[in-house]
Amino acid sequence: MPDTSTEPPVSNAKIVNTPEEQEDNRRRTRKVLKKFNRKRENLVPVLQQVQDELGYLPREAMLEVAEYLKVPEVDVYGVVTFYNQFRLKPPGKHSIRVCLGTACHMKGGYILLDAWKRRLGVDRGETTADREYDLDTVACVGCCAMAPVNVIDKKAEGRVSPTRVDGILLAFKMEKEKKAKEKPD
Amino acid sequence: MKTVSLTIDGKAIKAPEGQKVLWAALDNGIYIPNLCAIRKASEPYAGCRLCFVEIEGRNGPVTSCTEPVAEGMVVNTQGPRSRRLARTALELLLASHPVDCAHCAKNRSCELQKLCSLLGVKLNTRRFRKLVHNLPIDSSCPNFTYNPNKCVLCSRCVWTCRERYGVGVLGFAHRGFDRVVTTFEDKPIAESGCRVCDECIEVCPVGALVFKDGRKGTPGCAEVKSKTATS
Ligand code: SF4
Ligand code: SF4
Ligand code: FES
Ligand code: FES
Repeated sequence: MPDTSTEPPVSNAKIVNTPEEQEDNRRRTRKVLKKFNRKRENLVPVLQQVQDELGYLPREAMLEVAEYLKVPEVDVYGVVTFYNQFRLKPPGKHSIRVCLGTACHMKGGYILLDAWKRRLGVDRGETTADREYDLDTVACVGCCAMAPVNVIDKKAEGRVSPTRVDGILLAFKMEKEKKAKEKPD
Repeated sequence: MKTVSLTIDGKAIKAPEGQKVLWAALDNGIYIPNLCAIRKASEPYAGCRLCFVEIEGRNGPVTSCTEPVAEGMVVNTQGPRSRRLARTALELLLASHPVDCAHCAKNRSCELQKLCSLLGVKLNTRRFRKLVHNLPIDSSCPNFTYNPNKCVLCSRCVWTCRERYGVGVLGFAHRGFDRVVTTFEDKPIAESGCRVCDECIEVCPVGALVFKDGRKGTPGCAEVKSKTATS
């Protein structure tokens, strides 16, 4: 089933940064900006380096970049939402990437995407409120023979089924509980 | 200024050097379909792909909004190949357009309607599968409404917002089918520094940006609109 949802990924984060976090993000963004001169063509490399520094591009970072490069704020947002490499949400502890390349598409990649969406309660490009998982899609990871493929924490899982989705989640939960028991504080 | 002589649809025309074929034609009462052209813009946006013409000696149709006039140039605005491209571009736009003219503020002053009658395309064409957006309508500003679902991505409002007034509230974001004219973080326009200058409503060729009081926009960007009735 092709994904016919037409809503663009929304950016009204359920995750809100505290004023201290925001100030810290701004400071680290400015540190990156110092390396660049104020030319519009630096927008993409600047965003890449800010994302390297922060792990994603929070609102306050985009605003700093817009002001520094003297480009309209909406243009920074436009570039961030255009390229798949940019994230508006902080990365979760575990990254879930659902392949929707041609082969995985044919083999039901969208069913898995829906399964993850339902289990995690987030859309693609989003992070769960507890910052445990972030969910996104990728277009072919080069192992189509194993389609449908999900990349879990950088490791490719082949022939995934919705049941396997539950299994993966359960394994993560058990791992977390085990760790909590080992360090009961 | 130096002028060049050329022929458009058999009519001998003089146009200032460097002018684009589209404007030379419009200035001489010859209509070429267009949605995204802005006369004062330094660079043509060339996004709507409606303004194709055929030029003698060229292999294929070219977009007239990007093609400068040249001495001795022979232009045909009605050629079958260019018309076919324009028609397809229009049908693609309509495939994602929620046509509801009876309840639309732009009814009878809408560029899509004019283009349809000119190019012989039905507003409810079924050539391509219909796939419309379902985005919220923004009524945050006191005197206008923005319905992104009707937007044809012509970029006129975006250009007007920044080039003429230096504000830059509106811009493009997201990608592919989700591409949309929006604000920083898709916030309501009123919360994004809009100065309610109304200029963007004036230039919108369709029912995406409309006045709340039903006022029709006056032709804003260039003479584009007034000339469309001809031909
Ligand atoms: S924008 Fe034009 S084509 Fe679309 S509903 Fe309004 S009048 Fe009709
Ligand atoms: S809102 Fe209107 S003027 Fe702006 S891009 Fe869309 S169709 Fe063009
Ligand atoms: S399409 Fe998914 S790995 Fe190639
Ligand atoms: S007017 Fe030439 S591409 Fe839109």
